[in-house]
Amino acid sequence: MKQLLILGAGTSGTMMANHLNKVLPKDSWNISIVDQEETHYYQPGFLFLPFDLYKTKDVKKKIDKFIPKRVKLINEKIERIDKDKNEVVLKNNTILSYDILIVATGTNIAPQEIEGMLGAHWHKSVFDFYTYEGAKNLRDKLRTWKGGKLVVHISEMPIKCPVAPLEFAFLADSFFTNKGIRDQVEISFVTPMSGAFTKPKATEALNYLLEQKHIKVIPDFNIESVDGPNHKIMDYAGEEVAYDLLVTIPTNMGDPMIKRSGIGDELNYIPTDKATLQTKIKDNIFAIGDATNLPASKAGSVAHFEAEILTENIQRYIAGKELKKEFDGHANCFIETGHGKALLIDFNYTQEPVKGTFPFPGVGPLSLLKETHMNHMGKLAFKWIYWNMLIKGKHIPFVSATMQTSGKQIEETTH
Amino acid sequence: MEKTYAGQAISTNEQGYLTDLNQWNRDIGTEIAKEEDIEMTDRHWEVIEYLQDQYRKEVPLSVRKVGKSNVVSIKEFYQLFPKGPLKISSRIAGIPKPVSCI
Repeated sequence: MKQLLILGAGTSGTMMANHLNKVLPKDSWNISIVDQEETHYYQPGFLFLPFDLYKTKDVKKKIDKFIPKRVKLINEKIERIDKDKNEVVLKNNTILSYDILIVATGTNIAPQEIEGMLGAHWHKSVFDFYTYEGAKNLRDKLRTWKGGKLVVHISEMPIKCPVAPLEFAFLADSFFTNKGIRDQVEISFVTPMSGAFTKPKATEALNYLLEQKHIKVIPDFNIESVDGPNHKIMDYAGEEVAYDLLVTIPTNMGDPMIKRSGIGDELNYIPTDKATLQTKIKDNIFAIGDATNLPASKAGSVAHFEAEILTENIQRYIAGKELKKEFDGHANCFIETGHGKALLIDFNYTQEPVKGTFPFPGVGPLSLLKETHMNHMGKLAFKWIYWNMLIKGKHIPFVSATMQTSGKQIEETTH
Repeated sequence: MEKTYAGQAISTNEQGYLTDLNQWNRDIGTEIAKEEDIEMTDRHWEVIEYLQDQYRKEVPLSVRKVGKSNVVSIKEFYQLFPKGPLKISSRIAGIPKPVSCI
């Protein structure tokens, strides 16, 4: 029997287990998946949890519920990959041999990378919302917070779901308005980029949102340290921003196991071919989702599109055929703008988000790069799609793995 | 858009970033640096070469990633290219400005 081993049972790993269960012959392939967690989190829900829009039960389910019976789930911490021996060593010293390895260990926050970010103030006045604990603790804080300076902050790129910090700022505006204390809260958005929006079409179409919601943008801020006791953040150029409540996106890094295995870049992401998803480490090691160093967004929708292409390439690899260079960086993301509305963006490696309709050209029902109530309903519906279709590896009707240009207002530009 | 640097017509975007790295050479980089009030030294060029190399490998850049590269510390990166080091050095290097997805 041949062994296919998947590391990580998050969004990407679980999707791959479901896809491969259907296509790998049972009489010649064993499939195993390793994860130290017992809970599968619906990570897009971490955006809603702090504002009491979702309850904790909306965002977590048992991890084994989504792994097919034929796939062996191993609940243990991964120590390292030994690429030369085609083996994975677990924390309990178990050795797993593989013929094909898929790394799907994702990305996580690394607040220890920023001086002073961790400390007595962590989850008291300085919060993340990229972890279950962070989002839940922030919810408890917001329930009683009386107002002041709210600073929403990105430490550095790349981060998981690059639009989430902006959505957080928009939902905060909505949340404090509904609470009747919006005039007591000053919202700032602090980013190392040149602005809240960086792509020309998005800037043109969406800049009004920041003015309308009275969100002050502080661009080009590269954080050096957090002064927890004095409630301020400092950047390398000597700029300071004061806060009463800091909601930060810390540096994002791949799993420390990648570093222990000696196969990652400076941020523990695995060098991966951006079109085939084969790693540049070894031919029989593939990577998917946030664990890769692809110049695509780190997002569940990207992983979903990658999974369809990777499934085909694993079959081609087994058959000794050339891999398909098909992944185009396709991403499709809802962006909550508060007050019951949302945006939708659909883009890839080379095509920036533009206006149009989705998924049916000229019909919709969803609108690209435009605030609508229908898009908000789409985002809410996505939770059901995630639990019932996406991670089970079911194809989402009318949405293809590669980006479609029809229905989009694309014009020739000089860059 | 087109701009003339070192006697050559170079295509740029509205913000003055080159749209084709193949058109770049050191003379062009030196003239762009002058527009940013920067006098180029060997240290500057070492950083520029690293950025171009990363761009060719399609690796997304951040200030902190440059700081971890062993090419230059973040402090020195700020000294070499004050006020927005990545933005300014990218322009001199003839590579696109770092962007997010929207």
